[in-house]
Amino acid sequence: MAVVDEAPVGAPVTTARPGRYGLRGVIESEWTKMRTVRSTMWTLFATVVLSLGIGALACWAVSSHWDQMTLLDRLTFDPTSQSLTGLLFGQLALGILGVLVVSAEYSTGSIRATLAAVPRRPLVVVGKALVYGAVALAVGEIVSFAAFEIGQAVLSGGPAPNSALSDPGVLRAVVGGGLYLTALGLLAVGLGWIIRHTAGGIATFVGILLILPLILAALPTSFRDAIGKFLPANIGATMTAVRQPQHAFGPWQSFGLLCAYAAVALVVGAWLLVRRDA
Amino acid sequence: MIEAHNLTKHYGKTLAVDDLSFDVRPGSVTGFLGPNGSGKSTTMRLIMGLDAANRGHVTINGRRYADLAWPLHEVGALLEARSIHPGRTGYNHLLALAQTHGISRRRVDQVLELVGLQHVARRRVGKFSLGMGQRLGIAVAMLGDPGILLFDEPVNGLDPEGIRWVRTLLKGLAAEGRTVFVSSHLMSEMALTADDVIVIGKGRLLAHMPMREFIVHNSRSVVRVRTADDGKLAAVLGTGHEGVEVSTADDNALLVTGMDMRDVGEAAFAAGLAVHELAAEHASLEDVFMQLTQESVEYKAGTD
Repeated sequence: MAVVDEAPVGAPVTTARPGRYGLRGVIESEWTKMRTVRSTMWTLFATVVLSLGIGALACWAVSSHWDQMTLLDRLTFDPTSQSLTGLLFGQLALGILGVLVVSAEYSTGSIRATLAAVPRRPLVVVGKALVYGAVALAVGEIVSFAAFEIGQAVLSGGPAPNSALSDPGVLRAVVGGGLYLTALGLLAVGLGWIIRHTAGGIATFVGILLILPLILAALPTSFRDAIGKFLPANIGATMTAVRQPQHAFGPWQSFGLLCAYAAVALVVGAWLLVRRDA
Repeated sequence: MIEAHNLTKHYGKTLAVDDLSFDVRPGSVTGFLGPNGSGKSTTMRLIMGLDAANRGHVTINGRRYADLAWPLHEVGALLEARSIHPGRTGYNHLLALAQTHGISRRRVDQVLELVGLQHVARRRVGKFSLGMGQRLGIAVAMLGDPGILLFDEPVNGLDPEGIRWVRTLLKGLAAEGRTVFVSSHLMSEMALTADDVIVIGKGRLLAHMPMREFIVHNSRSVVRVRTADDGKLAAVLGTGHEGVEVSTADDNALLVTGMDMRDVGEAAFAAGLAVHELAAEHASLEDVFMQLTQESVEYKAGTD
């Protein structure tokens, strides 16, 4: 795309500029928008602190209570999964950023300026998803690897076993942690487009992660086993574990399902964006 | 060139814009007048494609807004209130919009200078005064150096110097051959700035004509008169003359429209009444505007 330097305010642009605005400009614009508000830094900071801090804490707790743990707990202990426990808290902060990337445009009214510049609305949905997705993937993978390393370092100081990236299934689980955060975050972006309000969007996102499992817990076991594997929270547990939980899809199947959720939310969001008044 | 054909928009049961047709031509400032809630902002949003019309359509240089190849190069808009994230700096807000069109950072600096915000551009917009916010909105509109400019209530929140600056800017832009469409709820402001005027009330078109014609057409002169017996004079004027209206002012003097001062004096003399006061008064443009839009309100109330 050509960069244009217009003359100082003078005659209006009469020579038609070739081509048309497109995705590249939208991506640049969305990146600028994302990096120039404080909420981005704060939510990413919270993602890192929660993921690493709670992961370390969870490993320390096991390490210091190893002797009191039941034999079954010791036999089924998954050091990789334990060190990634914090991601289940970090996901809340990263998801809130996903909702905010969209809902802040509505709460501030800047969506009107955005859509005036980019009237082909699906481009905005795609641009935001790509920029947010890239940030979430980078932060998610860094956080996942860092949480793993910190957690294993804590475990190695005590009686509990620890794992290495070279052990079977470990690398897949650690990479899976970052992928899970990214796909879940994109689901939050989609919810932002559908709901448009910050409070409502965050409430829905948190409800899906925390309330749905509670509702499920109240159902008979047969229901739980049949439905549980479809919940995003359980998908996260599956993806970050080396030892696979019972009644769950495989880790990659689970990831595919979560990606499908995110895609549906984004497509519905884009469809609503095109249909609704700004 | 903006062309609106039978634009109609309702929100739920509220009819915001009702079968509105008009065109806005380049090279002049067109004032878009109506009281608050008359559908001005809605019309602006329909032009920008932000809201979809229920019926009718509006085109920009013959095309719908959504079909423009480079919207910011064709249309610049100062949108209602603020449409800016308060946590972002003015510079970054402009930059983000510029990037969608591959517009250079140099141009961003240029428009900031044009509106006089170059020294506060790195401050968060939330700390801006209302006037600075308006100036930033105008900078946004100018970003793509467009041939068509839409300004929704641009003088809101501006100090007298800022108001004068906007007037000069609007006239200058029109003089360069651009299409300038400015909404306002202040007739007096538009009388100073606009070459053409479109008046709407309750979403309906009430008038569309050159400003000068609108003033001539609508500024009816009123004769104020006091005599020894105002009741008798009122009866005389009310019966013998076509198209004459007589009303009473707050201080009980008679206000006569449809007759000039000389004829009123002659009539008083013929009736044998001593004239105590006789003066010509001009209804202000603001009064005319109020009366015009008031009628539309009453008309709507009568048909519901």
